[in-house]
Amino acid sequence: MRRFFLIAVPYIWLLALFLVPFLIVLKISLSDTALAIPPYTPQLDFGAGWDGIRNFFAALDFENFTFLTEDALYWKAYLSSLKIAAVSTFFTLLVGYPIAYAMANARIEWRPTLMMLIILPFWTSFLIRVYSWMGILSQEGYLNQFLMSLGLISEPLIILNTNWAVYIGIVYTYLPFMILPIYAALEKLDGALIEAAEDLGCSRLSAFWLVTFPLSKGGVIAGCFLVFIPALGEFVIPSLLGGSDTLMIGKVLWEEFFSNRDWPVASAVAVVLLLLLIVPIILFQRNEQKAREADQ
Amino acid sequence: MKHPMMTMTATLALCAGAAMAEDVRVYNWSDYIDEELLTKFEEETGINLIYDVFDSNELLETKMLAGGSGYDVVVPTGTFLQRQITAGAFQKLNMAQLPNHVNMWDMVEARTAQYDPDNAYSINYMWGTTGIGANLGKVTEVLGPDAPVDSLALVFDPANMEKLSECGVHFLDAPAEMIPAALKYLGEDPNSHDPEVIAKAEAVFTAVRPYIQKFHSSEYINALANGDICVAVGWSGDILQARDRAAEADNGTEIVYYAAKEGAQMWFDQMTIPTDAPNPSGAHKFLNFIMDAQNMAAASNYVYYANGNLASQEYLEEDVIGDPAIYPSAETMENLFTTTPYDAKVQRVVTRLWTKIKSGT
Repeated sequence: MRRFFLIAVPYIWLLALFLVPFLIVLKISLSDTALAIPPYTPQLDFGAGWDGIRNFFAALDFENFTFLTEDALYWKAYLSSLKIAAVSTFFTLLVGYPIAYAMANARIEWRPTLMMLIILPFWTSFLIRVYSWMGILSQEGYLNQFLMSLGLISEPLIILNTNWAVYIGIVYTYLPFMILPIYAALEKLDGALIEAAEDLGCSRLSAFWLVTFPLSKGGVIAGCFLVFIPALGEFVIPSLLGGSDTLMIGKVLWEEFFSNRDWPVASAVAVVLLLLLIVPIILFQRNEQKAREADQ
Repeated sequence: MKHPMMTMTATLALCAGAAMAEDVRVYNWSDYIDEELLTKFEEETGINLIYDVFDSNELLETKMLAGGSGYDVVVPTGTFLQRQITAGAFQKLNMAQLPNHVNMWDMVEARTAQYDPDNAYSINYMWGTTGIGANLGKVTEVLGPDAPVDSLALVFDPANMEKLSECGVHFLDAPAEMIPAALKYLGEDPNSHDPEVIAKAEAVFTAVRPYIQKFHSSEYINALANGDICVAVGWSGDILQARDRAAEADNGTEIVYYAAKEGAQMWFDQMTIPTDAPNPSGAHKFLNFIMDAQNMAAASNYVYYANGNLASQEYLEEDVIGDPAIYPSAETMENLFTTTPYDAKVQRVVTRLWTKIKSGT
């Protein structure tokens, strides 16, 4: 009995927090808009018994998904989001890895403090931190003032309201999600392995590439997923820091939901976004499992 | 901090015994009332007032259409109100409970009747115009002393915009405001619901698009006041707020507001009661309180927006009633126009066109 409950817990979790919400969104995506409360039809009418349920399913269709293929806006927005998420994830890794590496190699009594410093920004509201970047990046902002006082530039750089500001915002916001898993992987690393590699004639750099990096791969991949997935659907950062021409699926979804009041199309956009994320994750996991089986 | 405290007291009161405390939950726009009025209402009626704020019609509408918002009084803008009445979101007002209704202004009621026939569901709270805010010093520096600051040509003529782009221009990120303005500039009917006429607006925006720094519906208040931008198309009260902030900062920035001489859009924020309001009788008491001439005047004196209450004008301060940017002259009034909401199909065309204008896709 106890074992049964232990196994049931993760499944209930999955059911309540993922499957049920997903089915509700899927159901709305197959409906039609209506000027009513709530603004879509058909409604599931349990009072009418089996007939009600049968009529409900008969009224659902895939029209909204066909609609998404008819307008170039949607796939362009998906592609543009993928690009922004991929570029930001790359830069987050580029910045995050050295920080995690330095933390893992710091003196042991320093590590809790360093860890604290990584977590500390979370104590301030995410929204306020993104807002403060507007003050830093604007044309008369601190960054431009600083660079101009150094004489590095004579004209202020235009960063705010461009994709660059979005990249900076995402890298800054999600950096801890990259650092923490990589740090966790590097911290467990046995220092003797590096010594052995160096004894066998590796330079420090090739020891890093041949030993340290492959062994931290798990952390790198976890970090990349933690950054890439939320960045793909990001709405707040592009709307505050991005330009009017920054095309992201989060903004498109907002417009479908709030401007067009078209909950069904908005839900269809969300379902496609989810599929875009889930397919690569499943493929990746299967690949990992095969690799693990091959090892044994 | 005040708000969570109020909610907490309300919850405690509910726990102590529902019969003892009567609550009214009001959902209004942010920065849109003199908070002393809220305390006054509580003192006069003994009702516990829970006051929440929102900052976009879309957000309010989503809550209304989802149902069960728990609010007793909400404040949608006219075009949104009309659609939500059709959806069955609001209840008819009981005029017997609203003796102060005699104070309302027929000029405004005639106009709001196109959204709410016979004004059966709502009362006007505030109204204003959508127009042009300009940093006079910077604009005349760029365009010379004859700069057409009171004309749509300032923002829709590419020759002007090219020069203004040096000092920065923001447009509202609100197609329902911007597309009618572009149509007015072209001499078309600003309230057209014909997709072919609406499509004509695209060319107006495409010509000036490269010179627009940003489409945003609230950042321009700060940006104008700080001097980050020199021109914004925005809502009257917001631009007047920017004017006052700039004056307070005393940084030599002078902001002016004009409802464009070609014609500007007029909008109305209406107080109304959701169908599923938990306390409709308390909601009526709140509406009646707001329609009191002195209370309404206090609200307008505080937020610098015109109201739909004729009797309140006696109590308005001179810098409110005497400011043509708030209470336009009779001549300007004639040029003001109103719009009606798009149906779902046209709305989709408009949103799509707007995305195309903004992102080029």
